[in-house]
Amino acid sequence: MAFDKMELKDIEVWDGNFAAAQALRQSQIDVVAAYPITPSTPIVEGYAKFLADGYIEGEFVMVESEHAAMSGCVGASAAGGRVATATSSQGFALMIEVLYQASGMRLPIILNVVNRALAAPLNVNGDHADMYLGRDSGWIQLGAYCPQDAYDLNFIAFKVAEDHDVRLPCMVHQDGFMTSHTAQGVHTLTDDVAYSFVGDFKPMNDMLDFEHPVTHGVQTEEDWHFEHKARQHNDLMTKVLPKIQAAFDSFEKLSGRKYNLVESYDMADADVCVVCMGSSVETAREVATEMRAKGIKAGVVGIRVIRPFPFMEIAEALKGVKAIAALDRSSPNGAPGMLFNEIAGALYNTADRAMLCGYIYGLGGRDLTKKHLANLYTELQANVDAGKITTQLQQFIGVRGPKLAFL
Amino acid sequence: MANIGWDEFEIGAMLRTFDGKIDDIAGTLQEDRAYSPNSSFVASVADWRIKKPVFNKDFCIDCQFCWVYCPDLSIIARDKKMIGVDMDHCKGCGICVEVCPTNPKSLLMFNEHTDEETALAQWPTKEEKE
Repeated sequence: MAFDKMELKDIEVWDGNFAAAQALRQSQIDVVAAYPITPSTPIVEGYAKFLADGYIEGEFVMVESEHAAMSGCVGASAAGGRVATATSSQGFALMIEVLYQASGMRLPIILNVVNRALAAPLNVNGDHADMYLGRDSGWIQLGAYCPQDAYDLNFIAFKVAEDHDVRLPCMVHQDGFMTSHTAQGVHTLTDDVAYSFVGDFKPMNDMLDFEHPVTHGVQTEEDWHFEHKARQHNDLMTKVLPKIQAAFDSFEKLSGRKYNLVESYDMADADVCVVCMGSSVETAREVATEMRAKGIKAGVVGIRVIRPFPFMEIAEALKGVKAIAALDRSSPNGAPGMLFNEIAGALYNTADRAMLCGYIYGLGGRDLTKKHLANLYTELQANVDAGKITTQLQQFIGVRGPKLAFL
Repeated sequence: MANIGWDEFEIGAMLRTFDGKIDDIAGTLQEDRAYSPNSSFVASVADWRIKKPVFNKDFCIDCQFCWVYCPDLSIIARDKKMIGVDMDHCKGCGICVEVCPTNPKSLLMFNEHTDEETALAQWPTKEEKE
């Protein structure tokens, strides 16, 4: 390999952005086409610096917008390279049109999304509005809770997305600022170990294979479009989760770090539980432990794979629980939250249909405090004690003004 | 293309220009290439055309301007000699006529239904410069 290796300590103090940038370096990305945006900027900045310093053999393409960034990634990926980029919020929204192109063309691009609120009002802080915007785009979506996850899940993403049975693009999500700019100890892999896990890029139907010319980005109408979309959905529903599980298993052998499609904490005997995503999972775990000291059997379920949604695994994880809170960090704007809906769907046909409440929290980077979560667990326990839901189905947490509750 | 089911085609909405491996495609004339049924080369788009170019070899100086400028690679030239127009792919844009430098022009646009003999009989004579 015609580039320098970097000596890393076993544990480095990295924020989520730098952890992701290091993972991109160690995966030896051929092309990054990027238009930096807060709070994801340091990821592509980091890649550019590693490239300039001779740690990567690749190409950084500077473009005029996020739409162009993802378009550049589509071209480079169709040409046959290992491709990644990063974005947030408004930039993610501008990419949306091309995200559907990337997944429909079955191009294994990795997109680090540092979750940030969507305007208006303009806001640079973390919530899940951009992540939710991408959930029907046909991409795989993995959720990191901390810088360590952001590092590890990038390797998992390449491993799964580039598998020839999968060939779907993958987003790695981390919370803006809370994860992206919070430095923590991150256990590293050496360059050789990390690269051998991801492996050499194996092109498929690449445009630079001149002996097998292909046309990418074709047009289909009512005669073919449905079949292509059906195939993509079929592959997401049947092939991706087993491949992610297999990647998690081999990553555990390599690193000792274990990831699951659905993360369960204190769930073995839990009566009440919180289901949430991102950095909130770690806060909820801490509060659950404290609630147990007060006699409430509290647990936490963290969503690790957002798409494809682990429908069966969620139902299994929530088996035997009496009251559940689904926490959505994105304004559903006229509906129950996404997690509420998905979990309701997963539980509806099960025998022990637990009481399910939805909570909207943390918009625009508003803190979710331990006190919020302690109150929430107490409310869930009150539901259990009363044998029925004592509140409205949807409530807002941490918003100023009169109590907001609906349904 | 056959109406096959969702599980019977390659992923990625991509189409192969040739079935299987190809070799020395640059050195092979279009008519000798084994294009797959998915290649646009085998599909006629002649019905997109309202007017058609007619080639009159009596005036052509083989300058290749039409070949260079045609946006659809529809000028057929062999050994740097203009042979004619690929009427399956020509869309009748008229660029070849526009760039033709001869006097009179060696390519002119005619109505689609005008036959070649009639078109050639109507060909204008050399315009004298004043």
